[in-house]
Amino acid sequence: MTRYLLTRLWQSAITLILASLVVFIGVRQLPGDPALAMAGEEASPERLAEIRTQLGLDESIVTQYFSFIGNMLRGDLGESTRTGTAVTDLIASTLPVTLWLSAYALIVAIVVGVLLGVIAERFRGKWPEWIANAFALIGLSVPNFWLGILAILYLAVGLGWFPASGYVPIEENPIAGIHSLTLPAFILGTGLAAVIMRQTRASMIETMKMDYVRTARAKGLGRGTVLFRYGLRNSLIVVVTIVGLQLGGLISGAVVTERIFALPGFGKLTLDSVFTRDYPVIQAVVLIITVGYILINLAVDILYSVINPKIRVGGSN
Amino acid sequence: MTTIETPPVDSSAASLGSARGRLWNSLRHNPLGLTGGIMLLVVVLTGLLAPVIAPYGPSEVHFDGTFQAPGTVGYILGTDDLGRDIFSRMVYGIQVSLQVGVLSVLLAVVVGTPLGLLAGYWRWLDGIISRLTDVTLAFPFLIIAVALAAISGPSLSNAAIALGVAQIPTMIRVVRGETLRIKETDFVMSATTMNASGLRIIFRHVLPNCMSAIIVQATVIMPVAVIGEALLSFLGLGIQPPASSLGIMLSDAQQYVTRSPTAAIFPGIAIAVICLGFHLFGDALRDALDPTNTTRK
Repeated sequence: MTRYLLTRLWQSAITLILASLVVFIGVRQLPGDPALAMAGEEASPERLAEIRTQLGLDESIVTQYFSFIGNMLRGDLGESTRTGTAVTDLIASTLPVTLWLSAYALIVAIVVGVLLGVIAERFRGKWPEWIANAFALIGLSVPNFWLGILAILYLAVGLGWFPASGYVPIEENPIAGIHSLTLPAFILGTGLAAVIMRQTRASMIETMKMDYVRTARAKGLGRGTVLFRYGLRNSLIVVVTIVGLQLGGLISGAVVTERIFALPGFGKLTLDSVFTRDYPVIQAVVLIITVGYILINLAVDILYSVINPKIRVGGSN
Repeated sequence: MTTIETPPVDSSAASLGSARGRLWNSLRHNPLGLTGGIMLLVVVLTGLLAPVIAPYGPSEVHFDGTFQAPGTVGYILGTDDLGRDIFSRMVYGIQVSLQVGVLSVLLAVVVGTPLGLLAGYWRWLDGIISRLTDVTLAFPFLIIAVALAAISGPSLSNAAIALGVAQIPTMIRVVRGETLRIKETDFVMSATTMNASGLRIIFRHVLPNCMSAIIVQATVIMPVAVIGEALLSFLGLGIQPPASSLGIMLSDAQQYVTRSPTAAIFPGIAIAVICLGFHLFGDALRDALDPTNTTRK
């Protein structure tokens, strides 16, 4: 176990370093001279040189990389070239919205996905399985931002059950906050729920074929009891794997969901920074998502090994 | 080891041939798979014949006929806020979806297959390639698209690159897994004892036997890429207006959705049909080609 954790930590550290290199090199590929952008078009060569020194642009590329990493570690992400606000402040105000949205969507996806997976296995060959399967196929095929537009049209504007857009901070008003995030979270969670449902069903079908399940049934345990005690426990591993694999999709989905429902989140910050070519913000956003993604995957893997002690690093898959 | 005389390529050629037969058999007995196949046929023909099928150009405006209802003479699915024919825009949008889908699948296959083969065949390369895969996985496709758009501006090719790059890791994993399996088979062992070089074994014996897994994976990537393209152009990170794309149509339609809901509904149905087609057909293909479903070793 310790050996596994150490190997996994080591791998994540290498991935983090490589990813930071990619971001660092990527930012230097961006068009435009940052010094020129700061000083303005009419700046004298002396002024430009001064700004270059100030920004550390005249240092060697290796020194620049280490000061880049140093600044990141100290939490200094620079300032937005568009508004002059510290990038850390922008992130502090937008990230919570996205985290609440993603967490809510994740809960929705897991509950709906596992439930439908169990139903599909419990009623194999009967109509509830067909409905569950149809839901999964539609969830995989229909783009969630389209569902979002339809949901706004019919559930928010038409029936008035939910606000069509806007966000109430959950920290200030939990009930209104959760209400304002319900529609976006369900929309964001649909695709993930479909994937989880399919995998839960597949893993349950496998589990129910096992000898120990037959033994338990032979001992007189009810089908439902066996399903929940053995089938569900095994499908937990699947759910954790899927969530780890689908996180990238969840992040991308959050960006578009925020756009549809006009939520002031991290996704909006990302898109705004791209369209206004706000490079310090772009750099910070890419770095944070990447680092967050690597760390969450590490956490998922650790969780994975806790749930299933059979899993050790170095296995072929 | 008397099987040495049997040319291994024959066995793979035979398995591909019978795979085709199995696919047809499986489709005949699988109405869902057949439906998917027909949906794909219609979609692909629509994309290929777009200029013939579409009555108008994708960005041809008719200011005297804005917000026409579906069924209006001349405009089967109605018109949008600029009087552009929704049906024509959809047909060209499907073309764009397929273009981006095919480009990104090609990218994933062309880059992912050799890396997967190398990682599976030579264990010492596995570690390096796995780290590279992890790094790529750390960048969700939207972030790659954001970065590419920041560097060289949003475009169709940047969207395709972002979607393709994001799919390379899964392609590597699939091919690597297949390679690990095929490496242990008797015909590869016999080729090894006959002193065949590693590269020769990879290209003559391993690659042909990976093909079915690669094809199945391609049908899995396609719908992801189609939805991804729509998402990127919806956000303004894909192909740029006035060109048509299903994502741009949805993004436009969202502005006036309460006035003309159908303008938002039709492009979404088109995306769903494309993806459903690939999912249904891909499932049938997997059933037909999956080695665990057959007696092939």
